[in-house]
Amino acid sequence: MVILFELALTFYFAATIVGVVELFRGSRATTRIMLVLAAIGFILHTINIVLSLLSGHIPVTNMHEASSFFSWCIVLLFFYVEYRYKIGLLGSFIMPVVFILMLSSSILPREITPVSPMLKSYWLGIHTALAFLGDAAFALAAGIGVMYLVQEHFVKTKRLGSLFQRLPSLQILDEVSYKLITLGFPLLTLAIITGALWAESAWGSYWRWDPKEVWSLITWFIYALVLHVRLTAGWRGKKAAILSILGFSVVLFTFFGVNLLLKGVHSFVR
Amino acid sequence: MRVLVTGLNHKTAPVEVREKLAFDGPGLEEGLNSFLQLPEVKGAMILSTCNRVEIYAHVSNPERAVDSVKAFLSEFHSIDPGALENSLYFYTDRDAIRHVFRVASSLDSMVVGEPQILGQSKDAFEFALTKGATGILLNRLLKKAITVAKRVRTETRIAENAVSISYAAVELTKKIFTDLSEKRFMLLGAGEMAELAVRHLIKSGVTDVSVVNRTYERGVELAREFCGRAVRFEDFIKELVNTDIIICSTGAPSYILHKSDMQMIMKGRKNRAVFIIDISVPRNIDPDINQLDNVYLYDVDDLQGIVDSNIMGREKEAERAEGIIEEELEKFLKWQTSLDSVPTIVALRNRAEEIKQAELEKLMNRLEGVDEKQRKAIEYTVSAVVNKLIHPPTVALKEDSEDRDVQIAMIKRLYGIGENNGSQ
Repeated sequence: MVILFELALTFYFAATIVGVVELFRGSRATTRIMLVLAAIGFILHTINIVLSLLSGHIPVTNMHEASSFFSWCIVLLFFYVEYRYKIGLLGSFIMPVVFILMLSSSILPREITPVSPMLKSYWLGIHTALAFLGDAAFALAAGIGVMYLVQEHFVKTKRLGSLFQRLPSLQILDEVSYKLITLGFPLLTLAIITGALWAESAWGSYWRWDPKEVWSLITWFIYALVLHVRLTAGWRGKKAAILSILGFSVVLFTFFGVNLLLKGVHSFVR
Repeated sequence: MRVLVTGLNHKTAPVEVREKLAFDGPGLEEGLNSFLQLPEVKGAMILSTCNRVEIYAHVSNPERAVDSVKAFLSEFHSIDPGALENSLYFYTDRDAIRHVFRVASSLDSMVVGEPQILGQSKDAFEFALTKGATGILLNRLLKKAITVAKRVRTETRIAENAVSISYAAVELTKKIFTDLSEKRFMLLGAGEMAELAVRHLIKSGVTDVSVVNRTYERGVELAREFCGRAVRFEDFIKELVNTDIIICSTGAPSYILHKSDMQMIMKGRKNRAVFIIDISVPRNIDPDINQLDNVYLYDVDDLQGIVDSNIMGREKEAERAEGIIEEELEKFLKWQTSLDSVPTIVALRNRAEEIKQAELEKLMNRLEGVDEKQRKAIEYTVSAVVNKLIHPPTVALKEDSEDRDVQIAMIKRLYGIGENNGSQ
């Protein structure tokens, strides 16, 4: 339902504004307001997606739906991280991303092109859910990476203002970002594997070097590298944060760039 | 009913005087009891801490009470009254209430915003309460002071941020590491400030402590004190591979840890973060170490800078706190005047007059053919009844009796007046 989507977008926008205000002059109250606004947006957003599923349509078949589902996954994981680690300020860094994704979703083409019968299978749901949940984990890892860089800068340059006071410790930021990547990486791996299986059953070949496949593989290698250098060379802290941000920009390119600029089996419009 | 605050604090009296006037242990009860014997005193509590001695009293005549309080203090503590002359301060009414609020809110403390004073005020009040020494006025005043202090604490940032170097070091540590209990800590050298910081760190969860000293025996001794282990000075660099937090306070004339050492150490630690606090002067740790990734080095000036800006921040917050206190002071005074007898008498009369007029009007509407003379007679009788009925309470209110507060409250309740003029 269009109205639910627009309402969710509005609440995410409000949460973003409060989140940005919070960065400059926050208190416990603003954090709570931001969380409540985001939660209302999330509930409306969830109802919208569930209604679509109930009508028998998996809402990932055009850029509008895919972008919206991507934001939904990010907010879902954000609330999980908030529940687990209580990094309230994370909302200030992640809600703008959610809002921009939702805004893109609202201006991207909405007409539903019928899924070609070849692709109509339960793989569609499994493959895309895995891919987007993985991407959402990378989005949060990058958001926390930005927080790490900000806090690291404060500690290193000894400028300890009010934002420094409200940001959590470097260690927790580094650890949570790492944990999110260790969550996102297997999800991405599974998404690639299920995609290959699906391709085999639909087209008869596992891998066709479609641009989406290529860029997903690049993303996979980047995060494999993030995990590898952390364990072997001790690339933690600042370097890990920079890599997590770099990784997420590749994720964004794979999502937007490949779909909009490069043509392939994953483009919605053919 | 008026409030009188008598006292002295760290600003008005040196510790030699303060310790003589302190009411501690059994002296507190004894002091309170004999203070209550003073004729002007109706209720009292004594707040005695290392920075202040204050008596909050509910008195009938503050001007006269001042002299008897002075005499009481010099007599009870056997001090020459002249010695107290310049140290004591007296506040009455509005100023007294403001002072009580400011003390509880830690605005009058040596370190503004320090949290202990609220607890001390609470304890002192509860002690006096259990001894039955406080009355309705002091109960209300102290309960209000405690809520004001809490409001100041939650609405301003007066108690945030460390104002001592050792606390600043601990707060920084918590912004770098999460769980201090799994971190390894090393004390390099010794010294009062360093040892204080170690104690704060241990309180914050650090358990793994090693102590390095040029004199190994001194190191062993200190290590025992912190339940840690001593490490020989020659071995300390080797030990750093496994150390996350270092406080350095040695008397070495030059650097004992160089950037190249630290680079090697970081490789060995796989870049796990290290926080180094160098409070030695001259500095013992090469400042360039701070340029290394995941190494954070603070020297004593950096920490002092943090403390200075925190103190400035507290002063700014203190201004906002004063605003809150003025606001609460007005509310309290309003409540106090509402308990005053004059407005109560006026309200009582108005209430009676209202009823009388309303009933007369009703009667006149019902009766027909009443002439002027009859009307006057009826009015006269009704007035007489009303006046006779409200005469005894009016007299009671005018009397300056012990439990007038209770009487006022009682009359207001029985006649249903004054509920809407803000009892808070």
